[in-house]
This record gives sequence, structure tokens and C-alpha cells, in this order.
Amino acid sequence: MSVEPFVQVESLNIEFATARGTIKAVRDVSFSVEQGKTLCIVGESGSGKSITSLGLMGLLPPTAKRNATRLRVGGTDLLSLDRRAMADVRGSRMAMIFQEPMTSLNPSLTIGEQMAEMLTRHRGSSRKQALEKAAFWLEKVGIPAATNRLRQYPHHLSGGLRQRVMIAMMLMCEPEFIIADEPTTALDVSIQAQILFLLSSLQRELGMTMIFITHDLGVVSRIADHVAVMYGGQLVELAPTADLFARPQHPYTRGLINCIPIPGKTKPGAHLGSIPGSIPSLAGKLQGCAFAPRCDFATANCRTDTLALRETGSDRAVRCLYPIKPNASPDVALEGTQ
Amino acid sequence: MLKFLIRRVLLAMAVALCVSMLTFGLLHVATDPAIAIAGEDASAEEIEVLRVAYGFDRPLYVQYADWLSNAVQGDFGKSPYFGLEVRTLIAERLPVTAKLGILSIVFALVLGIPLGVIAAVYPNTLTDRLALSVAVFGQAIPNFWFGLLLIYVLSIQFRLLPASGTEGFVSFIMPMIVLGTNAVPAIMRLTRTGMLEVLGSDYIRTAWAKGMLPRQVYVKHALRNAVVPVVSVAAIQAAHMLGGSIVVEAVFALHGLGSLAYESILRSDIPTMQAIIILFSGFFIVFAALSDIINAYIDPRIRIS
Amino acid sequence: MSPHTDIISETVREPGPWRLLAGRMLGHKGVVIGGAILILVILAALFAPLLAQHGPFQQSLADRLQPPFWMRGGSADYILGTDHLGRDYFSRLLYGARVSLLIGFTTALISGTIGTFLGIIAGYFGGRTDSVVMFLVTIKLSIPTILVALAIVQLVGGSLQTVILVLGFLLWHQFAVVTRATTMQIRGMDFITAAETVGCSTPRILATEVLPNVLNQVIVVLTLTMASAILIEAALSFLGVGVQPPTPSWGIMIAEGKQHLFFKPWLVMIPGVALLLVVLAINLLGDGLRDVTAPEKR
Repeated sequence: MSVEPFVQVESLNIEFATARGTIKAVRDVSFSVEQGKTLCIVGESGSGKSITSLGLMGLLPPTAKRNATRLRVGGTDLLSLDRRAMADVRGSRMAMIFQEPMTSLNPSLTIGEQMAEMLTRHRGSSRKQALEKAAFWLEKVGIPAATNRLRQYPHHLSGGLRQRVMIAMMLMCEPEFIIADEPTTALDVSIQAQILFLLSSLQRELGMTMIFITHDLGVVSRIADHVAVMYGGQLVELAPTADLFARPQHPYTRGLINCIPIPGKTKPGAHLGSIPGSIPSLAGKLQGCAFAPRCDFATANCRTDTLALRETGSDRAVRCLYPIKPNASPDVALEGTQ
Repeated sequence: MLKFLIRRVLLAMAVALCVSMLTFGLLHVATDPAIAIAGEDASAEEIEVLRVAYGFDRPLYVQYADWLSNAVQGDFGKSPYFGLEVRTLIAERLPVTAKLGILSIVFALVLGIPLGVIAAVYPNTLTDRLALSVAVFGQAIPNFWFGLLLIYVLSIQFRLLPASGTEGFVSFIMPMIVLGTNAVPAIMRLTRTGMLEVLGSDYIRTAWAKGMLPRQVYVKHALRNAVVPVVSVAAIQAAHMLGGSIVVEAVFALHGLGSLAYESILRSDIPTMQAIIILFSGFFIVFAALSDIINAYIDPRIRIS
Repeated sequence: MSPHTDIISETVREPGPWRLLAGRMLGHKGVVIGGAILILVILAALFAPLLAQHGPFQQSLADRLQPPFWMRGGSADYILGTDHLGRDYFSRLLYGARVSLLIGFTTALISGTIGTFLGIIAGYFGGRTDSVVMFLVTIKLSIPTILVALAIVQLVGGSLQTVILVLGFLLWHQFAVVTRATTMQIRGMDFITAAETVGCSTPRILATEVLPNVLNQVIVVLTLTMASAILIEAALSFLGVGVQPPTPSWGIMIAEGKQHLFFKPWLVMIPGVALLLVVLAINLLGDGLRDVTAPEKR
């Protein structure tokens, strides 16, 4: 009775040609997202999570090379679309929200101008209609005095307001799929919760499928149905949220979870876990597991074998030769390492 | 914005005043105006008589004050060579140069901005290199020679265009090309640089993410932001064109301000020289102020601050 | 902005900064081509007496208006033909190169000195000094260069020296603007503060700390100013002002050749191409130097 998942990514590879050689930023990434669900992609900066999303959207720079065996969204094969067709899909059926609200809006166009063009471009609306809709959406995202705002320029608004404008602008065409790339990272902590809540409720209301990129596991625990953990350009673990936190299988995932202090459980003054080492270079010949140099359990095979993403249970997958067994004590993690 | 406007205008006036003082001083020191009028063969007594009659024996600053008080009322004196009021001469010759100037700057913008945009959209490709080559050549070519070259090719070899005279628009085509070509490189490069910088911005990425078409991204989103410095450069280039008009009008036998300036220089006609220099400077000062003000209008961040 | 991942570069022994600069210069096409052409022209000008078959002032009315050797009627005697007074065009071209190069270099040096000095003090002292210098720059920008140059040279009396002096005082503004900007950048840096703290006198700081760091920009502007000076001088002598005949300035040669444009176009074309080539070479060199010394500003 399987309905095709709304988003299907299979074997996505993205490379950049640079002066120092080819950089493999994204290697063999595969995942899928069911309709209406939220997948969080987690990883450090440099893990390739943002590039994956840009690759999905077709927003990679000309120096990048993308290939995948499958890239489907809502039944449409993205690999077969030419540039014009892809531009038609972007903004209309697939949308993306970026991390930096301060620089992501055009400083010399009014808010109204920037928003209205979504509808004039994708829905054939007249300018007047588009502006009315824009005002409607501004109110929807919680910006009062919407009609005045339409005439203002981005520099009149604070970061939090600009991000709301971004959200409104990107959702105006009621896309079926949205990618949010760390939309709250650059905002005040107090605003973060508001924006998160806004996004979640709009997602539910519009029945959108969402990919949410973040490095913040707290956010993940709150909004994700599934989690994809990325490291060094590779997808290392895929699991439903609760399972991931309760029984992480990849050593890196466990390390990440260890780093989070837990109110009530972590003793004051205890060392927070950390993962020694730093992220690897992505140039040159890449062999074995990207995490091996920093992994406590790595063997020689880990550094040389080609690892594939293996299913390890219902809805779970891991790219590891020695995934942590389910009956290993989870409390080992909470005491903190070293 | 109003405060900005007022300050800008005051600055312009101060600069204009200083330029007029400087020019006046230089011209009157570089040569003896009495001899200039009397001619080289005049006797010493004739020169003295002239000197007193014209007031050249007074201290320089007095002469300047005199000139200035007349100038602000529009009286630039009388040309000893042409025998006419300087302002009449200028009024007579202005239209030709104005026409030439406007045509040239329009030509330069029409050629330069699209070239710059194309070069930025296809960076480091053949198109880009061709555009840059146009820029490089345009900057290196001596304009008077370019004019002669065009005359040779278009008038002499192919009989397409008249080599001189003012028979309507056709006579302005080659001069326009020569004068405009001097400005194209600067405009093209600035547009290209500005566009390249802007195209790397986050908000352009947003525009692409919104599914906007290339034309919309490049023109409505990018060019709007990139064009700001081009406006100032265009104003400065327009003012430089006035200087270039001396040469171009000489080559193409156009009777504009440029050729008037040349003639007056050859004849040591100081009042006319003075007036034209002030006029040309004045154009630059006004254009520069205008472009600053336009920039402020286009870039809403300046407008508000 | 581009989402590049961090790359841990291997530890390699890096060559010293001068080596690097020389390497980049030689690798840059503009520098190499422009530099090579310029060097050739300089050599040709220097060795003009050896290279020319006849003197540049030697008239021979019987041989007047002969075409270059590759055209019908040309001969190996006068490889680029002769002008209306029968003077060897190749010879005049070579000696004309001397005029252009001399004016170019000297003018650039004079305006460079003036402009760099003004720019450094404006950038270093800021405040009032800066305002004054910027005001001067604005005034200079407002003055129509060719017009004023024409006027003053004509009034004072045209000669090589006059042209050099006048242009020297008319072309300093770009130096001032560029050095001011760089000086302002350097001003805040620690090594300046260190020098001040130690008690170095200001002129000493300006000369030993600021100037060397501003020099690579100055060199770029020097080349570009040189090109401007050559073009302006050519225009001046074309208009009959400045260097006087019989001195072979390329501008004069073009002016004299103008009336024969219909039947003997080479008289105008040859010096024009020479001008174009030299200015092109200098511009290529200057742009290339700019790229090489400040690649991030491109």
C-alpha cells in the first residue's frame, strides 16, 4: 500500500571544481520524506547539509556538478527539468527559506514589490491583486499594519520581522514542499521560538512537506518527524526522531547527543561531551568513513572500506561498520565523556 | 534628505568659486593680457594705454572681484578677438555641443551598460573577454585619431557619412561615436564589477529561489543595485566629454563650444577662455552634484539617513 | 557566501612575498604582454639613432610623400615612407617615441609625487587635513583638464618642459585618492601604533611605514597616469599647442598628415597605431599590476 514518498532523493552527489582540485561536498546522500512530514537534516557547518538543499532546489553555482539516480518531488522528476521548467517549479511548488534575513531581501525594492512578484510571476495575478495577497500574508505571519509595511524597504525592519516577511513571501504561492535552511540561527533566542512555531503551524495548515536544516538538536526534538544526520558530506544516520535520541546507532550521532546538557540530569560542573578532532578535508581521494579519524571505535577497515547506508530496522539506516547495538546502555552517554 | 541636499549644493558653490578664482589667477599670470589684445608687434606705449584702459594694471584680486560681480549677473565680458559679448558667443555655440554631449553620453550608456551586464552574466567566457577588449581599446585609442580613422573608413572609403559640417543628425554620428567611446570602458567596467558583486549577494540567491526568470533577476533585482556607482561615473564622464569636445569638434569641423574654446585659446582671448573654463567646470560640478543626489534617491538607505 | 566547506591545507613551505609577487606578475598575461611591448618601445626609442636610417629632421623634398615599403612606390630606403617634407617617417616615429615616453614618465613622476604626498597626509592625519585635501581633489576634478592644459601651454608658450610641468600639476588627483584610501586602511593597523608608541617622528613613520605599503598602488596609478599623459600630449600637439615642430611628436605627425588623409593615409595611420599600441601596452601593464597586487579587489 506504499504511496510514493513526496520527496525522494537517491544517491545525490555534488562536487565543486576549485583551484585546489575537486571538492566532493555531498556524497551518496539518499533519503525520502513522506507527504506532510518534516525531515530535519542535522550536522556541523561543513557537513554538506546546506549544499544538499541547494542541490535539490537547483540553486548550485555553475562550478558545481550535481548528479543523482533519483530526485523526485511531488511526483515530478527534477532531474528531467530544464532551467525554465525548474524556475517555474521554484517558488511555486518548492520554496526555500534562508538563514540570513538581514541580507536575503533586496534592499532597493519595497517589501510589497518583492512579495507581489511571486504572484505575478507564478500565478499570473495583476499587481493590485498580488499586493492585496501580500498584505494578507503579512498579517498571517503576524506582522501588523501590513499595508504600510508593503511600502517600506527591508532596512526598516528588524531581523525577526524580515524573516517573517521571507516566510510570507515564500509561502504566498502555497508550495507543496519547503526547505528551511537554519531560518532561526541568526535570530535572537526569544524570536527563534516564535518563528519555529509560525513555521510549524503554517506547515500544518498548508499540508506542506518540510525539510528543516539545523545544527540545533533542541529544535530537532521539537519539530522533526525524522532526522538525517550528515557528516563530512555523507549521510551517516537516518531515523525517526524519538528513536534517534533514545537509541543513536552511529558513533557521531551519539557524540552529538552527548554534547547537549540535559536539565535535571547533567550534574553542574560535569564535563559536557565533545568530539575531539575537526571536520575532514573534502578534497582529493576520499576513502572509508568520513568520521573514522575522530571515532573511538574505528578500525582499519573503517578507513578503507566503501561504506553503504544500511537499513538497521524499521525506518532506520546507518552508514557504519559497527553501529551501536540497541541494548547498549543509553546512560553511558549522559555521564559525559572524559 | 533635505539636509543632504543643502550641504551638497553649498559644497558645489564653494568648489565653483574656487575654480573660478584659480582659473582667473592662472590665466592672468600665464600671459600679459594687454599684449594678448594689442598683439605682439604693438609698441610699449600702445600696450600701456591698453593696460590702463582695460584695467589690467589693477591688483589681481580687484580684477577678479570685478569679473565675479559681473559674471554672477551673466556678463562675462567682451571678446577682444571676436568683438562680441562672450555670452552671445557661448549662446551661439552651445546647442551644437549640447547635442553632441547628450548623444555621446546616451551612446556610451546604451553600449556600456548592456556590455557590462553581459560580461558579468557570462564571466570569464569569450563574451566577457570581448567586452573587456572593447573596454581596453576604447581607453587606449587617441580620440582625435579615432575620429580620423572613422572619417577615412566611413567617409572616404565607403562614402557613408559626411566628414564635417552640421547637416543635421548624420553629421553627429561619427563625433558621437568618438566621444562616446571614451566613456564606454569606464561605464562597462563599473557595470560589470557592480553586477558581479551584486550577483553574489544573498538577495539574488533569494530571487533565484523564488523562481524568477533570468531577465528579472539580472535587470530588476541585480542591475538596480549595481547601477548606483555607474550613475556617478556617467556624470563625470559626461563632464569629461566636454573637454574631449575640443578635439572632436576640431576634427569634424563642428561649430560648438569646443571649437570656440580652441579658437579663443589660439587667439589668447582670455575673457572667452575664462568663461568657457568656468562653464565646463560648472557642468561638471552640477552633474556631480546631480548624480550624488540621484544616487541618494535610488539607494533608499542614503535617502533616509 | 558560497557554501564552501573548510579545507585544511597541507603545511607547505611558502615562498617569500617578493618571489610570490614576481611569480604572479610573470604569470599574468597582461603584465607580460604589456610589459614586453613597453620594453620594446623603450629600447627602440633609446636606440633610435642606431635604428633609424636617416635623421628625423633631414628633409629631402625630392623624396617627399613616399609610401611605406610594403606599398607600391615604397622602397627599402624609407621603410615607413616619408612625410610632406621628405623626412624619414620611421626615424620620426622612433624619435617621436622618445617624446611620448619622456613626457609620460616625467609627468607621471611629478604628479605622482604631488598626489602621493597629499594622499598620505590626508589619510594619515585625517580631520582638517583630510577635508582640505579632498576639497582640493574636488576642485581638480572639476577643472576640464585638456582645456586648461591647452590654455596654459599656449599662453606660456609651447615646449616640452611646459607640457610636462602643466600636465604634472593636472594629473595628481588619482594618486591622492588612491593613497589616501590605502593610508586610511593602514592607519589603524598595529605596526603604525607601535611606531608611534616607540616615539618615531611623524615624517619618519610616513616615510618608512606608510609609504612602502602604499607603493604598489602608486605604481599602478603611475602607469595609468603615464598613459593619460601620453594621450593628452598627443592631443595637444595635434592641435598645434605644446611641443612645437619640427620636434617629432606623434600628435604633430598626425596633424601634419591630416590633409593627406585621402591619398596618403599611412601618414595618419602609422603614428596613430603607434600611440594606440603604446597606450594599450601601458594600460595592460597597469591593469595587470593592479590585478596582481590586489586580486580581491577585481
